[in-house]
Amino acid sequence: MPGKIAEYSELLRSGKISSTELTKAYLDEISASNPKYNAFVSVDPDRALKAAAKADKAIKNGEGGLLTGIPYGVKDNIAEKGVVTDCCSKILENYRPTYNAAVIEKLNAGYAVPLGKNNMDEFAMGSSTETSVYGAALNPVNTSFVPGGSSGGGAAAVRAGMATFALGSDTGGSIRQPAAFTGIVGLKPTYGAVSRYGLIAYGSSLDQIGPMTTSVEDAAVVFDAISGSDKRDMTSSPLSSPVSDKLTGDVKKMRIGYPKEYFEGIDPEVKSIVESAFSFYEKAGATIKEVSVPALKSALPAYYIIACAEASSNLGRYDGIRYGIRASDYDDVNDMIMKTRSMGFGKEVKRRIMLGTYVLSAGYFDAYYKQALRVRESVSEAMRDLFASVDALLTPVAPTTAFPLNYTSENMIETYMSDFCTVPVNIAGLPAVSLPAGTAKSGLPVGMQIIGAKFREDVILNAALAYEADHPVKTDMGVRI
Amino acid sequence: MSEYLFVAGLETHVELQTKSKIFCSCSTAFGAEPNTHCCPVCTGEPGSLPVINREVLIYAIKAGLATNCKIASVTKMDRKNYVYPDLPKAYQISQFEEPVAVGGYIELDSGKRIRINHIHMEEDAGKLVHENGYTYVDYNRGGVPLIEIVSEPDIASVEEAREYVEKLQLIMRHIGVSDCKMQEGSMRCDVNISVNRKGEPLGTRAEIKNMNSLSFMEKALAYEYRRQCELLDNGERVVQETRRYNEATQTTESMRNKEDAQDYRYFPEPDILSIGIGKDFIEKIKRSLPELPDALRKRFASYGLSDIEIKRLVEYKKIADFYSEAAALSDPKIAANLILGEIFRGMQTEEEKERFDLMFGVKAFAELVTLRAENKINAGIQKKVLQKMLECGGSPKDYLSAEDLAGVDSGAVDRLCAEAVAANERAVKDYLGGKEQALKALLGYVMKATRGKADAAQVEARLKELICK
Ligand SMILES: [Zn+2]
Repeated sequence: MPGKIAEYSELLRSGKISSTELTKAYLDEISASNPKYNAFVSVDPDRALKAAAKADKAIKNGEGGLLTGIPYGVKDNIAEKGVVTDCCSKILENYRPTYNAAVIEKLNAGYAVPLGKNNMDEFAMGSSTETSVYGAALNPVNTSFVPGGSSGGGAAAVRAGMATFALGSDTGGSIRQPAAFTGIVGLKPTYGAVSRYGLIAYGSSLDQIGPMTTSVEDAAVVFDAISGSDKRDMTSSPLSSPVSDKLTGDVKKMRIGYPKEYFEGIDPEVKSIVESAFSFYEKAGATIKEVSVPALKSALPAYYIIACAEASSNLGRYDGIRYGIRASDYDDVNDMIMKTRSMGFGKEVKRRIMLGTYVLSAGYFDAYYKQALRVRESVSEAMRDLFASVDALLTPVAPTTAFPLNYTSENMIETYMSDFCTVPVNIAGLPAVSLPAGTAKSGLPVGMQIIGAKFREDVILNAALAYEADHPVKTDMGVRI
Repeated sequence: MSEYLFVAGLETHVELQTKSKIFCSCSTAFGAEPNTHCCPVCTGEPGSLPVINREVLIYAIKAGLATNCKIASVTKMDRKNYVYPDLPKAYQISQFEEPVAVGGYIELDSGKRIRINHIHMEEDAGKLVHENGYTYVDYNRGGVPLIEIVSEPDIASVEEAREYVEKLQLIMRHIGVSDCKMQEGSMRCDVNISVNRKGEPLGTRAEIKNMNSLSFMEKALAYEYRRQCELLDNGERVVQETRRYNEATQTTESMRNKEDAQDYRYFPEPDILSIGIGKDFIEKIKRSLPELPDALRKRFASYGLSDIEIKRLVEYKKIADFYSEAAALSDPKIAANLILGEIFRGMQTEEEKERFDLMFGVKAFAELVTLRAENKINAGIQKKVLQKMLECGGSPKDYLSAEDLAGVDSGAVDRLCAEAVAANERAVKDYLGGKEQALKALLGYVMKATRGKADAAQVEARLKELICK
């Protein structure tokens, strides 16, 4: 399926449309559809149209690239100078960063057009977008269901045709699971491939920004635009390289692993749809190999320990002193900080801060945090070893299709458990792409995940491209040009 | 009371004088308008990330090498979590598990070694300012680089504590990593102190925090030692706690005890990868280190200088450097005398000595020293010339006439002395009668005849010789 971005870019370059017209079309679509899906929590038409005018000028001057003039959405945890970036939390109410995230700088330099901020779970903690202070985003495929989380707003915006693409962030599946739930493509890059400078941290050693798009080709284009090392992020790496020009859709001789642990505890319908993808790859000339990752079982608890530990520290700075809200009635500074945090954070965030504080406490540190680091090491090692014998792993993204509304808060542990397919990738710092595998009888999308070795985004996107070409998804919502 | 042993270990925080902060490129300059040396990183704005300043690492390695530490081949940063308004991230990036330097020592004059457990790097916090009933916070100091030098509990007296701190100060100044000014906060000490009877296990220790002057530290330690001894003598127990020194009452008082001790929840800083330190890199830094104070002292002693002279010459890095060079080019004794005499007289304050701003260079100074050493000029002329040089710069030749330099040969001095003795019978008699003053008249005669060029000391000796013959 040809990418939307290339198609639009061609129209823009040939002068058939202007970025201003394209942006207006998207703004109109947001006005019409956002009330239904709550995908954007803020939209700034003036800013978008100014950026579009700049893009039009750049096009006229023969400047810019593929993303020039293309309207997109930004997850509410990615800093944009002067634009409210509150992580969908009350505690950061009206916080306007004084600087741009590295990815925003890159997109600005390429004259892409930012439409506004996408809804998310508060501080990216959640799997349904229901912990957002702005209320849940809804799944455009069926509004009785959530679009997943935490980057659910971006997924809904892209699926509903309110943005060409969206920037999401993925700490334990926050790009891939919403992509699967809404039937779009989501790429979680290798840890270090994309600068985290300006990504408001949840779990610093796990977080990674990535694209959410309607096609594999678009995911590659956006990845190329935002990746690369950044001297402001010591964890960023010079090892990543552009992938767009490496995509052929040819999977002959590709070795694809079937990791059996990933298929345990999966809804039978989801399981059979994902398993059927193996027959496609076999027919296309790939070899399939059953593999085992026993360490996988312990990846999930290790993930929650590490993510919450880092979060408890990362979120310590929200004290009401420098930005965001501040409790109005307090005795002294400690009381002020306590009251501010009590009223500013939602329930799920508080739960994870408490959990993280606990596992780092004297007396528990070795049993929990240290042990989690050991598990992390063994999972990473097991994955490294695996990629000596296969080029990619094919797995489900989530055990089920999208949750019904209000389901996760009633089934918290089950929701945590449902992350088990996505978190090992973050634990091991690997790249993975989530793409539509098929559709359940309910009409809800089923996603599949292709995992690769570090910095081999080209391999997994190539595999995804092959499948996508054979299984086109009808995305007839939103803007039509 | 004296039967109790004094046991103390010091944690010394030293502010590094790098141009920029430890994790961002903001200036470390002191005294700017509040919150003007700030950026998203040092104010902990959401989404900002720290990047370690290579210069800080180099300075920390220098400090480690200069205190005989082993430099780690891999070092990493950790987070120390605590909540305070001057700490914008609610954690301080510090080092807990793998500090940059371990296992060194400082040697006291007695030869005793105070072992250093480790040196770690960390960031300073901001500063709270209380005004008009409000509290403001200034983050200019936030992110200024510090090293913490942690000693073993090897310090056995107040005097040793002072000497240890002074030695540290001197070393840090000489290697150029910090000015170590306790009053200005670029050096602060926390002391862990306990007492026990000889042969018994160590006592419970109390920590005295944030001592910002040597004399306070001495008073605090002396007081705390007495307090703990008295407690034990009275059959009471020392409580493990953190105390502070109250300058007004000259006592230490409890800040918090062990039960409310903070749990800092240290864990590896995920935003900063481990830092590998190569052997070549360490060697390069080692080669860049100047001669350390102990080595300077030894060398200066070999010139025949007294302990007090050596101490004064080594105390300030610039003076030590100047003197070192002058001593290599000319007579070390005369050079030391001139610096400690004439030049020091014009430098009343510590700042002046620290700057050691002279109008002339060390070569000109060495020339002057050599003229005197070779007896080409006398002490009086030398003094006058030095004064001129101190005021207007230049070199000795700018102030010496051909006549000054012609000097007086010793034959002429002998002849004039003999003349003086012959012409002043009365004065000779007076002198022989015990009137020391009488010699001045004879001396005056010779000096006048040579227009002050003769060496007064030499003339005096010759006159005495003639009279007492
Ligand atoms: Zn800064």
